[in-house]
Amino acid sequence: MSNHCSGVRPENPYLPHPARIIRTLPQIPDHQLFQIRFEKEQMAESFTYRPGQFVMLSVIGTGEAPFSISSSPTRPGNIELCVRRIGHVTDALFRLRPNALVGVRGPYGNGFPIEKLEGNNLLLVAGGLGMAPLRSLLWYALDNRSKFNNVTLMYGAKNPDDMLFKYELLNLIDRADVKCLLTVDTDESGIWKAHVGVVTTLFGHAEIDPSNTYAAICGPEIMFKFVLNELLKRNFPKDRILMSLERNMQCGVGKCGHCMVGYKYTCLDGPIFTYWDTINLPEMI
Amino acid sequence: MRIVILPKENLAEFIGHLRSFGELHAPTKRGEKSLVFAPVSDLSEIELNYTRTILPLKKYFFKATDVMFNFCAEKGYELPVEEADKKYVIFGVHPCEIHGLKILDLVFGGKYVDTYYFARRSKVAIIGLDCIPDDLCFCRSTGTDFVDTGFDLFLSDIGDSYLVRVGTSLGDDMVRAADSLFRQVKKEDREAYKRNSVQRRDSFQAEIQLQDLPGIMDLEYESHVWEEVGEKCLSCGICSMVCPTCYCYSVFDELSLDGNTGQRKRIWDSCLFKDYALVAGGHNFRAQRSSRVKNRYFHKQRGFVSQYGRPSCVGCGRCKAYCPAGIDIVEVISKLRSEIRV
Repeated sequence: MSNHCSGVRPENPYLPHPARIIRTLPQIPDHQLFQIRFEKEQMAESFTYRPGQFVMLSVIGTGEAPFSISSSPTRPGNIELCVRRIGHVTDALFRLRPNALVGVRGPYGNGFPIEKLEGNNLLLVAGGLGMAPLRSLLWYALDNRSKFNNVTLMYGAKNPDDMLFKYELLNLIDRADVKCLLTVDTDESGIWKAHVGVVTTLFGHAEIDPSNTYAAICGPEIMFKFVLNELLKRNFPKDRILMSLERNMQCGVGKCGHCMVGYKYTCLDGPIFTYWDTINLPEMI
Repeated sequence: MRIVILPKENLAEFIGHLRSFGELHAPTKRGEKSLVFAPVSDLSEIELNYTRTILPLKKYFFKATDVMFNFCAEKGYELPVEEADKKYVIFGVHPCEIHGLKILDLVFGGKYVDTYYFARRSKVAIIGLDCIPDDLCFCRSTGTDFVDTGFDLFLSDIGDSYLVRVGTSLGDDMVRAADSLFRQVKKEDREAYKRNSVQRRDSFQAEIQLQDLPGIMDLEYESHVWEEVGEKCLSCGICSMVCPTCYCYSVFDELSLDGNTGQRKRIWDSCLFKDYALVAGGHNFRAQRSSRVKNRYFHKQRGFVSQYGRPSCVGCGRCKAYCPAGIDIVEVISKLRSEIRV
């Protein structure tokens, strides 16, 4: 018999904890921000996480899927998930109303290496829904402003109507302690006052010192390639480029196998990987 | 380690004793040529000189379909009622199988413990039995042809008797409960055991060289061999189902007809299935068959080595034995190494 089994019975890691949808905040078409709170008050208050981590969210009767946490642990209580309606779980989630019961377990994944980032400049580069995990890091840095040097955000959306957290981010443009560069690929309406062009065009508007900066990137696959190009052109160290990756995840705890890339589980060893990691793991990006 | 001798004429009686330690399971005939681990009542139903069963032992601990939770709209997810505390004794387990379980212990253990797997593991006693390899076995190459832990008892055929190694306190209880059936080890037994060890070693026909394979695999990441194997592969996933160390699974919620309650289940999955790496929105990280085949080999022979210091292949030969397209792991590895021998 296995000797793993003696002693106290460990907790079932797959058990979703009851939680309620507190509010749903429509963002852009097919994207909503869900504010969620654990049913057990003690859990709601003690639940903490690192920016970049994710939770497994269950829509009862439909299934479970991974979602990166968009809120910051500096603002405990509710967690916020920015969700695109794209599959059967999110379809069902979008039909739920405030106070609906859901299941949540986590937090999972490595998250951003906050201790390493502290004392450095931060460059956040996001495209589309890639803003979801980076918003957590952004607010973490702004809420612990003295722990970081310059904080720069570059965020690109297809057009002004497709920009997530638009008003929240527009409000940052006037802040002196963060450089918030927002761009849209196209603006047919002509109302957009900030930049127009793909996200890499923003590199011309920011001074970045690769020797004491960490870059965090999240966005569609095609964006990774162009942003990496810009960073490597500036001699960014490969282990100071952090990327948040997406894979099929069904357990979140390194068992079901789906998110395996080479010898790394995206759910356990990631979802935050350095560019150096991805060079060593073909097919990662 | 305590070692005793069980004369073969006492085996039937000992099997009878084992039944008092739990429901007895052993390799038994299913079809003309096929064998399965299944409940047996006495020695006559047990196939002692077998090579491999269709499914490995994982089916007892990591079920092909498993209920993870019951759910209802009002209360969410709850643990299913625990299975009765029934004990099992599995007799006739080969070394490669025991190594397979030890590998699954690593995977299902760690930071997050898979409670379903370990709850069942604690209820099952393992009685090992040695074997003579056939032309598909390459457990000697994978270092899994012998075990020194992972069993309660292990029987090695030494002619008229079995040499029995006692691996756990429970195994010791089993021997002591039938004390009169056993005798002390004599010089002839030791000699016979060592003779058999050489004979067994010499009977291996298949071989793969694993020593520097991770490095070779990195070098051959773009090899045409993956395209060739991908062309042959039918993506049926049988190699995963019959593999003692394949543990991938898929999770889904099954709603009852009342529309209000149901069960969350998991089923065995295979990395060769087309939708394995598919994410919501339609992007498939491994849409090509060749990339899925490559991933399977990489995970077993390259990734697992980095993660746990050894490959996750135990050399049982099942993937070749059951592949409908005739894909042979020994041949694939030899091709990668460019050392195909005729």
